[in-house]
Amino acid sequence: MNVNPYPFMPELSMFLIIALLFVQAVGSERMRHKVGVWLPIASLLPIAVSLLSVGQEGLFFHGAYQIDPLSQFFKVAIAIGFSVTIFNATRQPTLVTEKRSDYFLFLAISAWGLMMLASSVELITMYLALELSSYALYAIIALRAKDKGAAEAAIKYIMFGAVSTALALYGFSYILAGMHTTYLAELVQKTWSFEAAPMAVTGMGLFLLGMFYKLALFPFHFWCPDVYEGASNETAAFVATLPKLGAVVILIRLAAMFKPGYDITTVIAVLGALSMTFGNLAALAQKDVKRILGYSSVAHAGYIMIGLVSGTAEGLAAASFYALAYVAMNLTCFWVVSRVSVDGRNLQLDDLNGLHKRAPALAFALAVGAFALVGLPPMAGFMGKLFLFSSGWNHGYNWLIIIAGINTAISIYYYLGLVRHAYTKDAAEDLPLPDTSVFSFAGAALLSLLVLGLGMMPAGVFDFALKVGSVVP
Amino acid sequence: MQEVAYPVLTVLIFFPLLAAIGLFFLRGENTVRIYTLVVSVIELALSYPLFAGFKLESAAFQFVERMDWVGQWGVEYYLGTDGISFLMIILTIAVLPLCVLCSWTYITTRIKEFHFCLLFMTAACVGVFTALDLVLFYVFWEAMLVPMYLLIAVWGGPEKRYASLKFFLYTLAGSALLLVAIVAFRVAGGTFAIPELMEQNFAFSFQFWAFLALALAFAIKVPMFPFHTWLPAAHVQAPTAGSVILASVLLKMGTYGFLRFNLPLTPAASEYFAPFMIAISIAGILYGGIVALGQNDIKKVIAYSSVGHMGFVTLGIFLFNQRGLEGALFQMLNHGITTGGLFMMIGAVYERSHSRELGDNLGLGKYMPAYMFFWGLFALSSFGFPGTNSFVGEILVFVGAFEQNPWIGALMVPGAMVAAAYMLRVSLKLAWGRPTSWKQWPDLNLREWTYLVVPAVFVLYIGLAPGLCFKVMDASLIKLEKDVKEGAKVVSIEKERPMEMALNSLKGILK
Repeated sequence: MNVNPYPFMPELSMFLIIALLFVQAVGSERMRHKVGVWLPIASLLPIAVSLLSVGQEGLFFHGAYQIDPLSQFFKVAIAIGFSVTIFNATRQPTLVTEKRSDYFLFLAISAWGLMMLASSVELITMYLALELSSYALYAIIALRAKDKGAAEAAIKYIMFGAVSTALALYGFSYILAGMHTTYLAELVQKTWSFEAAPMAVTGMGLFLLGMFYKLALFPFHFWCPDVYEGASNETAAFVATLPKLGAVVILIRLAAMFKPGYDITTVIAVLGALSMTFGNLAALAQKDVKRILGYSSVAHAGYIMIGLVSGTAEGLAAASFYALAYVAMNLTCFWVVSRVSVDGRNLQLDDLNGLHKRAPALAFALAVGAFALVGLPPMAGFMGKLFLFSSGWNHGYNWLIIIAGINTAISIYYYLGLVRHAYTKDAAEDLPLPDTSVFSFAGAALLSLLVLGLGMMPAGVFDFALKVGSVVP
Repeated sequence: MQEVAYPVLTVLIFFPLLAAIGLFFLRGENTVRIYTLVVSVIELALSYPLFAGFKLESAAFQFVERMDWVGQWGVEYYLGTDGISFLMIILTIAVLPLCVLCSWTYITTRIKEFHFCLLFMTAACVGVFTALDLVLFYVFWEAMLVPMYLLIAVWGGPEKRYASLKFFLYTLAGSALLLVAIVAFRVAGGTFAIPELMEQNFAFSFQFWAFLALALAFAIKVPMFPFHTWLPAAHVQAPTAGSVILASVLLKMGTYGFLRFNLPLTPAASEYFAPFMIAISIAGILYGGIVALGQNDIKKVIAYSSVGHMGFVTLGIFLFNQRGLEGALFQMLNHGITTGGLFMMIGAVYERSHSRELGDNLGLGKYMPAYMFFWGLFALSSFGFPGTNSFVGEILVFVGAFEQNPWIGALMVPGAMVAAAYMLRVSLKLAWGRPTSWKQWPDLNLREWTYLVVPAVFVLYIGLAPGLCFKVMDASLIKLEKDVKEGAKVVSIEKERPMEMALNSLKGILK
């Protein structure tokens, strides 16, 4: 088979990193210390390569693997997210030195799997890519297993993951039985109403559970706050952001089947509504910053559903844009959390007290991230919500948008809580000083600029996202 | 389209923002204050082209700037001003130097951040009054929340956290549905541009829900009874400059929203809901007045009086006649000047006595005659004494109300009387009360004179010669009244059974 390697450059560059990390992980004791030196710089390579490969298109491996604007858009996002999480994790205090290269190896494998997920257009390929990215994460969460919370989180993550995987596979068998194909291109041609194909619709419902699990959509979210809490801040930053991109890209590919009015579409809309409401209400009661962000991600999974159920290219573009914005906003918050928690402990809200005095740049970045998550202009979250609402209105799910509007109002309280603690309360004297180095400042500044830039000048990215949306028939 | 050499409105919005960034390179507390004062005076000077170029006889939007922002969704950077927003822009810009002056010795901590918030606030407020694109409007509308929140939460009184949180939650919760309404307008009307949406006649069933979504956001901001409970808390806890901006500018955004959006975009629904809006306006007038009568904290008196005064404004708006609209817009301006002045006076006395209790500030007349002169002037203006600015506005609303329905006019009378009662009560005690433990405080200094003379001059100028303001607003208001009445007629056929229709359309929305 004669395959031109050029379209696969993002995956290949990531594989190169994996290979280097593998050598280091199995290499001598002395080699393992150096990982923090070269990896952050090397992690910029996939960004550059995925940006260069944006124009590529093609169908490979017997139609199972597709390179198109959708996949390239998400590969860029994954590469950026990977790089940020790598930079973020280099100063991880709770990670013992001998496990460092293994840790980064697993992160890279997971990102690699997600990149492949972005290009999969066949159910089994998707499944394999999804599992590749998941298994790496199962291992990472357990790396801190001496800590009871981390062990619990790892077990929860693996158990829930296994159950949802089993259900997804079971669903896959139904789809195969009902539709006699696993290629998305053929699947979207079929009628997906329950009357026409009860078996396949049931199967698709089960298959979607796997994606909903990754996305932490209600009621498959139970692992999410616990895992964030149990994992180290830096790991949580990865788990909370990149796998969501993978889930969204798959849902976008499948969205062509969700015509408004189909039972399966209505189910997704209802799950979306429940997810935002439940996530927001549960977050109101939290004191642990990572748990707040965990429940907030449950709510945000719900918002993304608006774009998916609208059944238009604009809707899918809005969902893509929102997924990107969500990753940027969340990474900003997690950057601050990781820098404030210099000793690696789990931050409580009170640990943020007086942050504006102790580290003004971090406090500002936190405010930008939190207000963006609320959806306050001129941050990215606002534009994302505007796109989602505009694309969804008058496509049969107006009630979902009204619920999303009301949910925005509910969510203000806990996001504002983050800012309130940072800006209006005085710190207790025994709090350890946050990281105020140039490194910490530069990351905070870059991420805030990204969030503000996506909000104020969204046109370019959105036009790209629109190309993404129109890929799906 | 106006012929101007440079984009005036954009400059007015972004000059304070850019200047605010400059703050962070300064050292020394007084340098920061002087810098901000200079910036605010330059901002005032930059508004000169508005005066020079504004065409009084035109009802169209002037100084229009229009650019693409997010092309794919038709979101534009679209600014302009007419007779309705013109006075509000000037008020916003004019209040800024006064705020800097009245915080000169009041604010002693985190001075840079404080002035940053003031400048940011001004930029966002000018943006709100000039935006002609729904999304742009929403951006400015929400952007102004953050600095106001910080003004109360960081530099406020002892209960600042509670007050600021309440302020933020109320206003943001109100505007959550505003965003949904904006999206609905885009889908129904095909554009976010307000002037183009005004030309369209939306179905009554659409107007019904759009009106409610818009009105909720604006009613909370005004604040109308019973959504007013955040206001006294915010006013009392805010620092002087915060109270002044809150009273002078922020509250006007709600009523401005009614004038700019509810009336022209949903005329039939506005007419349908008018009796209800009038009823809660009157309730607000009476409630605000009676509660103010029983307060012993001077700031609370003025805060509750605002609920009453803004009731006059909303009442005027929903009377749907020329007098009512003129009166409403006049009262928006007047309340900004008078109540702003009163809050600055309270700030001045608080710096001396460190108390806002009436009982701790008795008998000022003897040692602070200049102070009492200004207080008296603003107090007279506050309850609409003839010869002061508020008289003009209040009498117009009264005339409009009697024109519409004598009962509405009759119900307003007690409200006006209560206003006189509580203002006179406070003034009497301040001037001639017997001090319990008096100290001889110094009378007004030059700085205080400066920031009090400005509103005082406007109180008298507008009170005695209101003609110029009328000229500015009339063309736009006449057009507004005509549009609303015509718009209401066009779609009125559908209105025979509004509740039944509303329920059906709700089913449609929620289908």
